[in-house]
Amino acid sequence: MLRFAATRLVSLGLSLIAASLVIFAVIEVVPGDPAAFMLGLNAEPEAVAALRDELGLNGSRAARYLSWVGGMVTGDFGQSYTYRVPVSQLVLQRLWVSLPLALYALGLSTLIAFPIGLIAASRRGRPADYGIMAATQLGVAVPNFWFAMLLVLVFAVNLRWFSAGGFPGWEAGAFAALKALTLPAVSLALPQASILARVMRSALIETLGQDYIRTARAKGLSRRQAITRHALRNALIPVLTIIGLQFSFLLAGAIIIENVFFLPGLGRLIFQGITQRDLVVVESVVMLLVFAVILVTFLVDLAYAAADPRLRHRR
Amino acid sequence: MRIIRMTAAALALGAGPALAAQDTITLGMQLEPPNLDPTGGAAAAIDEVTYANIFEGLTRFAADGAIIPGLARSWDISEDGLTYTFHLAPGVTFHDGTAMDAGDVKFSLDRARAEDSTNAQKALFAGIADVAVIDPLTVRITLSAPDGGFAFKMAWGDAVIVAPESAETNAAAPVGTGPFKLARWVQGDRIELERHPDYWGAAPALSKATFRFISDPNAAFAAMMAGDVDAFPVFPAPETLEQFKADPRFTVIVGSTEGETVLAMNNKQKPLDDVRVRAAVAHAINRQDIIDGAMFGYGTPIGTHFAPHNPDYIDLTGISAYDPEKSKALLKAAGVSDLTLRMALPPPTYARRGGEIIAAQLREIGITTEITNMEWAQWLEQAFRGKDFDLTIVSHTEPMDIGIYARPDYYFQYDDLGFQALLALLDNTSAPEARSGLLKAAQGKIAMDYVNGYLFQLAKTGVANAKIKGLWENAPTQANDLTGVTWEE
Repeated sequence: MLRFAATRLVSLGLSLIAASLVIFAVIEVVPGDPAAFMLGLNAEPEAVAALRDELGLNGSRAARYLSWVGGMVTGDFGQSYTYRVPVSQLVLQRLWVSLPLALYALGLSTLIAFPIGLIAASRRGRPADYGIMAATQLGVAVPNFWFAMLLVLVFAVNLRWFSAGGFPGWEAGAFAALKALTLPAVSLALPQASILARVMRSALIETLGQDYIRTARAKGLSRRQAITRHALRNALIPVLTIIGLQFSFLLAGAIIIENVFFLPGLGRLIFQGITQRDLVVVESVVMLLVFAVILVTFLVDLAYAAADPRLRHRR
Repeated sequence: MRIIRMTAAALALGAGPALAAQDTITLGMQLEPPNLDPTGGAAAAIDEVTYANIFEGLTRFAADGAIIPGLARSWDISEDGLTYTFHLAPGVTFHDGTAMDAGDVKFSLDRARAEDSTNAQKALFAGIADVAVIDPLTVRITLSAPDGGFAFKMAWGDAVIVAPESAETNAAAPVGTGPFKLARWVQGDRIELERHPDYWGAAPALSKATFRFISDPNAAFAAMMAGDVDAFPVFPAPETLEQFKADPRFTVIVGSTEGETVLAMNNKQKPLDDVRVRAAVAHAINRQDIIDGAMFGYGTPIGTHFAPHNPDYIDLTGISAYDPEKSKALLKAAGVSDLTLRMALPPPTYARRGGEIIAAQLREIGITTEITNMEWAQWLEQAFRGKDFDLTIVSHTEPMDIGIYARPDYYFQYDDLGFQALLALLDNTSAPEARSGLLKAAQGKIAMDYVNGYLFQLAKTGVANAKIKGLWENAPTQANDLTGVTWEE
């Protein structure tokens, strides 16, 4: 197990270095000067030059790359050009929205997907299975932003049960904050739940056809006992993979939903950073996300190993 | 559903008396200000939060665009027009409790015109030769040449008075002299202002104001409808305005802005350096089609680079009236055929939608356009600074900015000695009638030279709760002045 973890750790480190180079290179190629953007149409050229100096945009590429990476290693993510506050402060603020939202949505989607995936698999070929397959097909097909707008129209504009968007902050109380995240989480969770349920169903059906299940049944276990004791655990590997991917997606990929509900999340921070050429913010946040995705993949790998002993001992 | 609605209505009625003295407001804005320092950035959103609320200048714009006293109660102009003496209001304090005096005025103006200044409108201060403190409440500003528009220039958001102790940190923690101070900024979500208890002037009726940032037009619509925001002064979904008009809970506020929207032409790029080709392009444009198609009918046609609500405006739309036959004849006379022009379009809807319509109109007279959609940053670098474009569409939102036509290196590259002389004369003239005549001549000159295709004055279309009074209808400068805003009982 230790050796398995160690090799994964080395590849994690190499991926991070490669990612930092790619991110920096891409940002360098993009046209657009943050100073010119900030000062607008009437600015005098010398005012733009003075601002470039102030922002430290005039150094050589190598020097700027090294100071960026060096800063990140010591925990200093630099200062936002436009907001003029430390990037770490911005990211932390946004994480308090994006992380709970991602977990909330993931929790919902798992809660929905597990039982219906289980039902569909155990009732394979019967009406319940067909019903679930049709519903999840629809869930995968419906774009989540459209579904989100529908939720807003019904629950915010007509019924007035929820506000149309925004986030009051955690200091307004856990209830108010979770309430504000409910519609976004539901609209994020439904398509994810549909995918997860379908994966769950096919994984279970596959394991149910295995010899050891027949043996278990022959031993006298009921169908239900065979599923819960043997099939479920073995069907978990593909399901875990999907959950890991979904979490990474939800963390930063919720940008469209963040726009529909005007939530101050990480996705919008990156989007804003790109349009305003707040390059430090873009670089550092993208790097953090890469780190998060790689870390989640690493943890999922470890979870595989825990779920499937064969992976631990494979050389 | 009906029961729920009735319950909600009953609750709202029950809560009525308690809400009668509502003194808080939530405003929606499409873009978040990048920072809150109006002396170090051009983003309109900075002024939309800070102007007249957090920061004040020597003079200021009133709702109708008139220049009225701000921190200066009055000012005297010397006979030769070279010296302005400003008399400051007594008892003014910054939000941090320190007193505002003539020293702060000198510091602010000297900082804005310094060599390393990062002021986005540095040209406003270019005419200042010296700023002298006479006594704590008197400042004497000497100009290098007479300038009849100096009080106007001091009203801009870029010319507000800041304190030496806080000037460098205003971006994140603004310290001004205004009736409101920053209470909280949740980046990406909202900015909260609260009443400054020691404000030197009349206290505003509102105790708290929140600006929420909602960029998506659909979300803006939902937020208004759900009552999450009380007003959206520049509403991003004009197609829904009819729905708000029909709803008694809301008022739709339609006003004018300082935004002259032009089809800018690169005057140094062949064949647009030929005035006949530029005239051909101008005559091919049907302004009303663009206003209807791109702006849902909101906007006033213009024939020159000047705001129609300005008293010195003259209607010159006739000079470049829609006449495709004339365009074809002009192109023929210029010996141009099979013309293809590159059109660079920045993100706003007026540009993207307007660009498609203009491309279709140019096709009618045999000009092909290649449209490139750009982000602002890319547009600024390639079209604006690099001058690598033939046509582009931009709304010039600065007030009274006809002076950009006297800058030969400005992006559309109009280099005309006659016009430059006219503007130099204007700068040195302070008699109102003479100024008016010169301004009219300047409007005529750029219209006859077909420098750009003048499209329309951008309208300001906003939506507000019907009970809110005192929001600005027009936008003489980009601002949400909350000092006079009240809730009707």
